[in-house]
Amino acid sequence: MSATAVLFYILSFFILATGLLAVTAKKIFRSAIWLLFSLTGIAGLYFWLQMEFIAAVQIVVYVGGIVVLIIFSIFLTQQAGKELPAPLRGRTFFSALAAIAGFCLTFNLICHYAFKPGSNQVIDAGVSRIGAQMLSTSEHGYVLPFEVVSILLLAAMIGCIVIAIKTKPVDR
Amino acid sequence: MNEIPLTHILFVSTALFFIGMYGLFTRRNMITMLMSVELILNSVNINFVAFNKYLYPDKLGGVFFTLFIIAIAAAEAAVAIAIIINLYRNLSSIDVEDAGEMKF
Repeated sequence: MSATAVLFYILSFFILATGLLAVTAKKIFRSAIWLLFSLTGIAGLYFWLQMEFIAAVQIVVYVGGIVVLIIFSIFLTQQAGKELPAPLRGRTFFSALAAIAGFCLTFNLICHYAFKPGSNQVIDAGVSRIGAQMLSTSEHGYVLPFEVVSILLLAAMIGCIVIAIKTKPVDR
Repeated sequence: MNEIPLTHILFVSTALFFIGMYGLFTRRNMITMLMSVELILNSVNINFVAFNKYLYPDKLGGVFFTLFIIAIAAAEAAVAIAIIINLYRNLSSIDVEDAGEMKF
């Protein structure tokens, strides 16, 4: 087993272990921190796949944006040190059963599907190629989805402000 | 690089998807449920990038899907947190069991 294979198995173990801790941690703040580690591990996996741009976007948006937003909202809505109430025993059991059954079914299907390997050429996912195709108006360009997603982000931003704005007590 | 078969990467993403699903089933706190949704979206992104890399190395479709999913996930998290904060202001709780006012 070469060093890259070992690196892959270490990264995947890290991602799965911290992901599992993120959904089972007793304290909500610790859960957010485990989620942070898991997302960083996924960025590492993108680096391992030689997709540097995706890895950078993952770190900037998820680690730098979403997790910080989640941590802020934890501080705004509850005591971070308080323990979450433990889920009911029956619910835990049946959720674990459903998740394991779904995993076994899906992975069984994946194992028996014969993926056709593509051509052996090395993928060129450099920033210049991604940027040129993203803003191209030719047949395989992505300029229309790009504009739509920018409208979506604007709408989401305005929507957040409208939803979270503080109304005066007399308005209630 | 190519000594790792595609199935192993798909194992990681499938396991991460079902870990997120387990969290979505067991947790009753809205912020932790949102974290589980983020895990699920990330597992889908791993799938797209791995398929792009292994099966279609001459195209960039998976990379673009991943970028758009990340952008939509950011918008979704922001809107969800705005709703959670507004709900907390009205109910002083972010437990999904307490938010039953619009149920019937």
